[in-house]
Amino acid sequence: MTITSLPQDTVSPAHLTPAQHTEELGLRESATFDRATIADIQRAAATGVYDIRGWGAKRKVPHFDDLLFLGASMSRYPLEGYREKCDTDVILGDRHASRPLHLQTPVTIAGMSFGALSANAKEALGRGASEVGTSTTTGDGGMTPEERGQSKHLVYQYLPSRYGMNPDDLRKADAIEIVLGQGAKPGGGGMLLGQKITERVAGMRTLPVGIDQRSASRHPDWTGPDDLEIKIGELREITDWKTPIYVKIGASRPYYDTALAVKAGADVVVVDGMQGGTAATQQVFIENVGIPTLAAIPQAVQALQELGLHRKVQLIVSGGIRTGADVAKAMALGADAVAIGTAALIALGDNDPRYAAEYAALGSAAGFYDDFQDGRDPAGITTQDPELSSRLDPIAGGRRLANYLRVLTMEAQTIARACGKSHLHNLEPEDLVALTIEASAMARVPLAGTSWIPGAK
Amino acid sequence: MVTLTAPETAHTSTATAGTASAGATLIDGATLIDLAGSSVRDLNQALHQATDGQAWTVKTPGGKHSLAVGIDADIDVTIDGHAGYYAAGMHQKGEVTINGNAGVGLAENIMSGKVHVTGDASQSAAATGHGGLVVIDGNAGARCGISMKGVDIVVGGNIGHMSAFMAQAGRLVVCGHAGEALGDSIYEARIYVRGTVASLGADCIEKPMTAEHLDELAGLLAAAGRTEDPADFRRYGSARNLYHFSVHNSTSY
Repeated sequence: MTITSLPQDTVSPAHLTPAQHTEELGLRESATFDRATIADIQRAAATGVYDIRGWGAKRKVPHFDDLLFLGASMSRYPLEGYREKCDTDVILGDRHASRPLHLQTPVTIAGMSFGALSANAKEALGRGASEVGTSTTTGDGGMTPEERGQSKHLVYQYLPSRYGMNPDDLRKADAIEIVLGQGAKPGGGGMLLGQKITERVAGMRTLPVGIDQRSASRHPDWTGPDDLEIKIGELREITDWKTPIYVKIGASRPYYDTALAVKAGADVVVVDGMQGGTAATQQVFIENVGIPTLAAIPQAVQALQELGLHRKVQLIVSGGIRTGADVAKAMALGADAVAIGTAALIALGDNDPRYAAEYAALGSAAGFYDDFQDGRDPAGITTQDPELSSRLDPIAGGRRLANYLRVLTMEAQTIARACGKSHLHNLEPEDLVALTIEASAMARVPLAGTSWIPGAK
Repeated sequence: MVTLTAPETAHTSTATAGTASAGATLIDGATLIDLAGSSVRDLNQALHQATDGQAWTVKTPGGKHSLAVGIDADIDVTIDGHAGYYAAGMHQKGEVTINGNAGVGLAENIMSGKVHVTGDASQSAAATGHGGLVVIDGNAGARCGISMKGVDIVVGGNIGHMSAFMAQAGRLVVCGHAGEALGDSIYEARIYVRGTVASLGADCIEKPMTAEHLDELAGLLAAAGRTEDPADFRRYGSARNLYHFSVHNSTSY
């Protein structure tokens, strides 16, 4: 996103900032044509190309903030916050695989590619996740030695593009995630602009240096759920039935997609809501395709329950997880674990205010920077520029991420204990109420103070 | 003949046929597995435990899926009959010969070595292959060589539509005719076609055959055991006009 100033010839005192103009002169911003919309139109008119950016949806949609926990009082009995045990571990992929993952926290790191991220960033993710006993996930660029070396538990994404895909890495993986879509862009492929296709990235992706990389939106050798079942069979055969198979879907029709993923043999289903991040895609896509994470979970859980496989085929939920409360709410709605992407990057140092001047020079600001596709990230995270990427110390970044993961876990534990739960997995929908009718209908929990769930039979 | 009886979906195999001396029958130096009585799981487990120089013959494949996938040793595997989806998937070393037809995704993501089908192959043959040689004596269906990344493919007959879509590297040789949208959105792969091309896809153009290309093609044909004259082929590749997104190209996709 590039910050665009208000037209300067429309208002007086020159010493006032645009924000002060709106306040002191009583200017009224259009709700339909707000400043961001005006800037989008101006940018489109000037360039003739749609905006491509990173990050996830920025529009406000019903989210975990619209839910509240019902702490225990009389009808429920709480656990002592700092005394009684509340377990957090999770086993993923024990439906068919002989080597399921056993993680110490249900907060995992979502797939983010080397190429989109620097090698130091990938290493930092591995260091941070390993320190707290959770997993990281590769991405479109394949598996790097830095990532495998630092990730105790590494999930290998099997993507439509199959960049860097090889059976040696497949066998080195602790789990395989077949990616059907991302929450930021269900049905869409990727676009890594040429400025990030360095020699190393190009080599891993078998592409000429410096061209725009177009990732496919669909797998090249299967076309539907029946084929997927056979494909999963092939991957199991290659890995001798040792490795859990995840299937990741972008949330759009999670009820049907979850059911079909289970039918195809998935050990774990990953559902990514529309707040999920991306390295680069069209803004119009990010903001207008897919459904909110909150709306996706109950549908996926319903599919698992109807199949009698809830908690047997694990559900990982991602897309806008920020706090331990979000973690706890996702799990109360039925998730077995969550995955974080954007929040992990922020924990590493993304959008750090100490680079304020550099963000400003790029036409953005700390907290707003999302031009990951440009490869000029001042924080050195979403870049392949050696000078910029050297700014991120993978050890220090890993430590920050580990701290953040610990906080998320402890926060979720705190809430779970207050609800009387000795394991995060014991959280349930009955622990939740909704603040709005929309959230109530989507999450399928009662509106606060009522027993009403819109649409419930 | 050895009969291995572990169930098809067993997590751990009871197969012990990783070596020719592990109870298997040797016929003409090859270990024989009959899938009429053994499972695909047992076959693959045995092949994953194999060592360089061994040979295997698979009888009664019956169109089963995922036959001989993930081979990572210099072995020869002969499948006498038809194979289903993903035969010889992610092949890394050695040679697999299918004396019959192959289903969808033959040798998908092949890394090295050779896979040879004497009959026809269904769609997405050698999809995303990174290296090695895939030879199909008969015809190949749609999307042959889709997203190929370095594999060489030689097809004796015709290929279907959208073949070599987004092909990045490697060579595709077609001794028969090519279907519609050949080489759509192609990168640096090279395509040689002896017969007609129904249509070229976005950014794919005909290119001149130089001595370098004639030599390259001759080598590929020889490796595939074919006798066609390289001079009868025409070459296709990327115009490289769509390597960078431009609004002016928006109608080209």
